[in-house]
Amino acid sequence: MNLNLFDHKGTPLDKQRFTWRKIAGHKPISKLDDDAFTRIRVILMNGVESDAVRLQHTMMRFNRELRLPLATMMRTEHHQQTLVNWLLSADHSPLETTIGYEQVAIEVTSSVAQNEPDAYLSQVYRFGLLEDFDHLYRYSALMDRLEGKDANNILQGYTDIIPGRPTVIEHRHPEDDLRDPYGPDADPLSKIHATLITAAEYQTHDYYMHFGPTFADPVARQLYAEIASVEAQHITQYGSLIDPGDEGITQWLMHEAMEAYTYWCCMEQETNPRIKATWERFFDYEMGHFHMVADIYKNALRRDPQEFFPKAFDKRIEFVSHRDYVKQVLQDEVDLRALGTQFIRDKDGESERTLDYRHHLNSEGSPSDAASAGYQWAPGTELAPKVVNL
Amino acid sequence: MAKSTQMGMNRTGAQMSPKDVKQMQQDAGQLMQLQDTQVQVGSEFDAIEMRLKTIQEADPVGSVPLPGTMKGAMKAGMQKLSGRNAEVFLDKLGERLAYERTGVRLYEAFIVKCRADAQPGQVNLSIDQLLHIHNEEARHFKLLSDAMEKLGADPTAMTPCANTTAVQSIGILQVLTDPRTTIAQCLNAMLTVELTDNAAWELLIQLANEMGQDEMAAQFEEALASEEEHLAIIKQMLQDAVIAEAG
Repeated sequence: MNLNLFDHKGTPLDKQRFTWRKIAGHKPISKLDDDAFTRIRVILMNGVESDAVRLQHTMMRFNRELRLPLATMMRTEHHQQTLVNWLLSADHSPLETTIGYEQVAIEVTSSVAQNEPDAYLSQVYRFGLLEDFDHLYRYSALMDRLEGKDANNILQGYTDIIPGRPTVIEHRHPEDDLRDPYGPDADPLSKIHATLITAAEYQTHDYYMHFGPTFADPVARQLYAEIASVEAQHITQYGSLIDPGDEGITQWLMHEAMEAYTYWCCMEQETNPRIKATWERFFDYEMGHFHMVADIYKNALRRDPQEFFPKAFDKRIEFVSHRDYVKQVLQDEVDLRALGTQFIRDKDGESERTLDYRHHLNSEGSPSDAASAGYQWAPGTELAPKVVNL
Repeated sequence: MAKSTQMGMNRTGAQMSPKDVKQMQQDAGQLMQLQDTQVQVGSEFDAIEMRLKTIQEADPVGSVPLPGTMKGAMKAGMQKLSGRNAEVFLDKLGERLAYERTGVRLYEAFIVKCRADAQPGQVNLSIDQLLHIHNEEARHFKLLSDAMEKLGADPTAMTPCANTTAVQSIGILQVLTDPRTTIAQCLNAMLTVELTDNAAWELLIQLANEMGQDEMAAQFEEALASEEEHLAIIKQMLQDAVIAEAG
């Protein structure tokens, strides 16, 4: 089934209402019994809504005329975000939630990279993917060695725990994290992808920034600081794909389209009926937002928003394991490096600015190396007496 | 790392700012009466009511996994459990397994702390004793892993009680891994671990007997004996550490 944004009227903004009980008193998902992809969707949509609030608030700072519609919509987005994020049950420890976050990055970016119509943009996603993949390995090692827990209790067998592009060499000068933005004629799906993955990385960065200092263990504190820094790089990388020439209203319209699209992908594939109902409700809400912004766009820019979306979306984010794809990308591209906006195969070809930056940051030791030295994941943790007969 | 309890500028108590606190008390008493009575609507029972309702409507944390294979389901041990509430036993086995496994890591963290503390004139903790406990926790983990496999259960699964016990352990880990905590503070945390461990093994033995798992119960008795030794060691260490600090 395809998605045509203009086929769905959605719920008008003034009908999008909540109570505290419905926002935060509802039943969360089960860490043990719900499918990992349900957790992935919850985390993803929290990131999407968080980015909606961020964008709308930033726009308010630059646009006096649109303050009221922005503030009104932002309030709803905020309450949607709360409802979605509060679906995570309280027994998810910060490190377990972190494993979930990296699984989101890996599986969603894998799907996006494969669906992406533009070859350069697809390469950007594959480049970042191998770095998030490595983060999962480092955090899994920390979980095993610090807490005696098995990251696969969260991953449920969908995602491998092996090194990607080593975190220790992911640190780059900002000039080597900026990429070429898509142009005005880019495929709408390309624009949605860039907005979506930027949102996902931003929330991951924020999560590590909030929870990193709550760890007492020195290795954990430094590992979170190190990986949060790379997530900040990823925000630069993916955010720079968005055309800075687009007016604010255009970016707002694209963001609402992305939100609706992502809820659509979630509701189509959700296996928990209670959670599916939330995705369906919020898809309707986002369609209401989209049409409200489309009207603003028409009035302000005197252009037809339909020109942005000439056809229905026929590809969706696939919420499945992308193990084989990740392994292939790992084999082909783990040694790729970045130079300016481009990627190079020469491992020794990085810029002086990046080498100097990285060398200095790592000069007192590498938390990611220390946390995971010699780590090989096994079912039931490193301490398991033997390989379990499955 | 701090060596012992010290006197210093702890600012948390009311006695550190008597004038300001007295003013706060007066403000709380007087100004509250002057404000719109809206702020005092309801009572402390409202929060209880809110909690009661949520608890009554809540789903369980999760379930005990079914045997992953037909072979697992047909194992003799599992057959013997059929007709009983086998899931309770499996849940508690899973809990103890997770506890012992985390316990290994907790002792590793504590041993690092003791190594950092090793100074002449300080409380002389036997790192060998701690390593001995550490190794036995690892053996207990293996024992429980084998026991679950014998029943056809999956020792890598997180059972509901394993999950809640992991939540409990978060505070213990935070104390042990904080570079600023003293040996005595860490021993206090380890005492909690060992007291819980002892009580839990006693319960597991009882359950194993109830379930007709006599051989397992006998093995668990041996584990309990070593846990009693662990508890005695940690208790003594804590006593020695605190008395030494008290001078």
